Amino acid sequence: MALFPEYSGPKELALRVLLISGGVFILTSLVLLVAGTPPWPAFYHLFVGALGSWNKLAQVLMVWIPLTLCACGLLYSFRIGLWNIGVEGQVVAGAIACTAVLRFGVESGSPALMLMVAFASGILGGGVWAVLAGLLKTKGGVNEIFGGLGLNFVAQGITLWLIFGPWKRPGVGSMSGTELFQESLWLPTVLSGRLSPVGLVLTVLTLVAAAWVLNRTRLGLSLKGIGSNARAAYLHGLNPNTYFILAMGMAGGCAGLAGAFQVAGVYHRLIPVISSNYGYLALLVVMLANYRVWGSPWIAFFFACLNVGSIQLPIVLKLDSSLSGIIQGALVLTTLLVYGLRK
Amino acid sequence: MRITLRDIRKQYGKVNANDGIDLEIDEGSIHGILGENGAGKSTLMKVLAGYTAKTSGTILLNGRPADYDHPAQATRLGIGMLYQDPLDFPPLTVLENFMMGLAHGLVSREETTRPRLKDLADSFGFHLNPDDVVERLTVGERQQLELVRLLALGVEVLILDEPTTGISNLQKQALFRALRKLAEERKTILLVSHKLEDIEALCDRITVLRRGRVEGEMVPPFEGARLLKWMFGTEPAPPPCFERRTGEGSMMLAMEGVSGLGGRAGLNSCDVAVRQGEVVGLAGLEGSGQALFLRLASGLEKPEKGKIRLAGEDMTGKDHHAYRGRGVTFLPAGRLEEGLMPGLTLTEHFALQQQKGMVIHWPEAWQRAKRGIERFRIKGSPDSAAESLSGGNQQRLLLALLPADPLLLLLEHPTRGLDVDSVQWVWEKLMAYAAQGTGIVFSSAELDEIFQMADRVLVFFNGAVVKDVRTCDTTIEDLAKAIAGKG
Repeated sequence: MALFPEYSGPKELALRVLLISGGVFILTSLVLLVAGTPPWPAFYHLFVGALGSWNKLAQVLMVWIPLTLCACGLLYSFRIGLWNIGVEGQVVAGAIACTAVLRFGVESGSPALMLMVAFASGILGGGVWAVLAGLLKTKGGVNEIFGGLGLNFVAQGITLWLIFGPWKRPGVGSMSGTELFQESLWLPTVLSGRLSPVGLVLTVLTLVAAAWVLNRTRLGLSLKGIGSNARAAYLHGLNPNTYFILAMGMAGGCAGLAGAFQVAGVYHRLIPVISSNYGYLALLVVMLANYRVWGSPWIAFFFACLNVGSIQLPIVLKLDSSLSGIIQGALVLTTLLVYGLRK
Repeated sequence: MRITLRDIRKQYGKVNANDGIDLEIDEGSIHGILGENGAGKSTLMKVLAGYTAKTSGTILLNGRPADYDHPAQATRLGIGMLYQDPLDFPPLTVLENFMMGLAHGLVSREETTRPRLKDLADSFGFHLNPDDVVERLTVGERQQLELVRLLALGVEVLILDEPTTGISNLQKQALFRALRKLAEERKTILLVSHKLEDIEALCDRITVLRRGRVEGEMVPPFEGARLLKWMFGTEPAPPPCFERRTGEGSMMLAMEGVSGLGGRAGLNSCDVAVRQGEVVGLAGLEGSGQALFLRLASGLEKPEKGKIRLAGEDMTGKDHHAYRGRGVTFLPAGRLEEGLMPGLTLTEHFALQQQKGMVIHWPEAWQRAKRGIERFRIKGSPDSAAESLSGGNQQRLLLALLPADPLLLLLEHPTRGLDVDSVQWVWEKLMAYAAQGTGIVFSSAELDEIFQMADRVLVFFNGAVVKDVRTCDTTIEDLAKAIAGKG
């Protein structure tokens, strides 16, 4: 399963990281030079745009949270050998399920309790969406990639239908999404509304839980065993189909949590592009982390920096913000290249 | 074309699959190659067909040395091979398959090839519809298609590897007619088989291979008994009967009229009982139903008909985990493909055996792995990945992972590919299980192994048990006859 199967100690790892960074730098610089932009200011503004101030860092972390949550989920599904492309739709399903609770608002009682219910609903929504893909695979023989991709479109369709149909703003539906939730139901934030400590804590907890489940429990080992050889695992007494569903459910739950966070913590309403493609990006994160738990948050952080840092580029340098995409692409290419060459 | 093989050798690692073979095949003759499983027949044919590179030796075609190491080169020289599993493209039509490799130039013309296919097929009495999709054809029809395709490519030498396995009697007759006709047209035919009667019926000359060497040659009239002796050799007598368990313990496994689908031949109304502490060997040509028998007995395949009982309880239709719960363990032939989990360490394999609790006790699993390594003399450490072990050590690991007192052990080729030391060692362990009352059923391609280890032998032929006999009541010759379908 592993993209880069061998592990070669900290020295080799450091060398590889260095080589990859160099490769990314050179490749991206070449693209910039071809585009007629001096590379150095571009990198500088990218860096400052992401980490130049506490506020910027807070913004980066707000991207890091859903990205890392999705990555945590994918760690489960990758461990059992499933390509959960449907993670994107699972984020959306989580967001919808969370919105369904929050849009009721609270007359009295505790908003905190309401938020907890909303998050639980989000986790459940993402989980159910993923289990659907899992059932399509185990009962219907539909490859999880196709099933997941199909369900992504369905989830997107439902979002649009809700925004322009039953959940439309008073008067007329608009692409800007549903009506804002009442403010007591916004996830509490610090740094003038830029960072959600709850989200941060939840993400770290999800990460620790993933590390514990995958490395210390029988469940985690069973996922690994089935991912390695489902037929052998069956002979050793494990039922692959049960674990496929379970792994999908856990992956979807994490993605649903990310969706709930996008709704309750970032947008405070349901918008058409609620997932911001973090699901797809998380697939890249986990693969670059070589499917390891503790590699994922760092790569997710790097990707979050690119995302936030590139926002400034069009304003400052008249450079399209797709530079971050170029860097991501260069990163994947050089990683594959370096690992291929250093075998 | 006359073919002369001089001192052909082919080594796979330490194994000499062909160990200096000299052979002379006349033009316009049908030459049979006989031998038991692993005698080196297929290897020799693949060398001749350019599919496998030989280690050393010379091939002379019409007296001239020919050097080639690719099937396409062999075809150009006029040598074509019909493989056991036809090398066709199942999703394409008969016509498209026929055109494969036939086209000269950029465009292949359907309108010219269509009548050509029809003419060729008609001349042999084959009924091939050009527009049928190949995956819907029977093995026999696919074989016919492959045959006419090779002839259209202009081959002068035709090699057939086990052509009569899995085809109907009618198709067999059509094939034999076609081969005789080709021989009259001065084509050279090489027929590889372990089926004595087919070879006897068709061939002008028979060469018997044994352990990678030529054991003997014969021209008609053929003496079946001598051929069998050449094929299987004369082996040491089994230990005297009183040492053997008589098989009167309680019933562990009972199959009543069990039929199943799968493999080439399937399995037809099989009635077999295995008793406590009994060691039962399954003999037969590869694909005669032994593999399906083991999978039915372990619940991995479900029977179409009949009943399966374990220690008296009806288990028909239940899945493997239900069988496992009753104490049935199946060890597959593909150790790394089906038995072990590559990428997982030995410790992880042992940890998966842990039945209770949510958290894995890693130190304990590590200790168990270490103990297993010592007790089963596995060359590896608790942190080695399963795939880094050699074949013998993989089998040792699988044995180390067995439960302490299984009801029934079902083993597919338990010693295939192992060195002598490991083979002996595996059998010591298995015999210890039998001594404590476990029923053992194993399949093996080595008749000697079955003869020496089993209390009872079941001989499979074409999906049926044709012989069920205590080892001490039979002889190697009798078994060999039954295996070749002459029981």
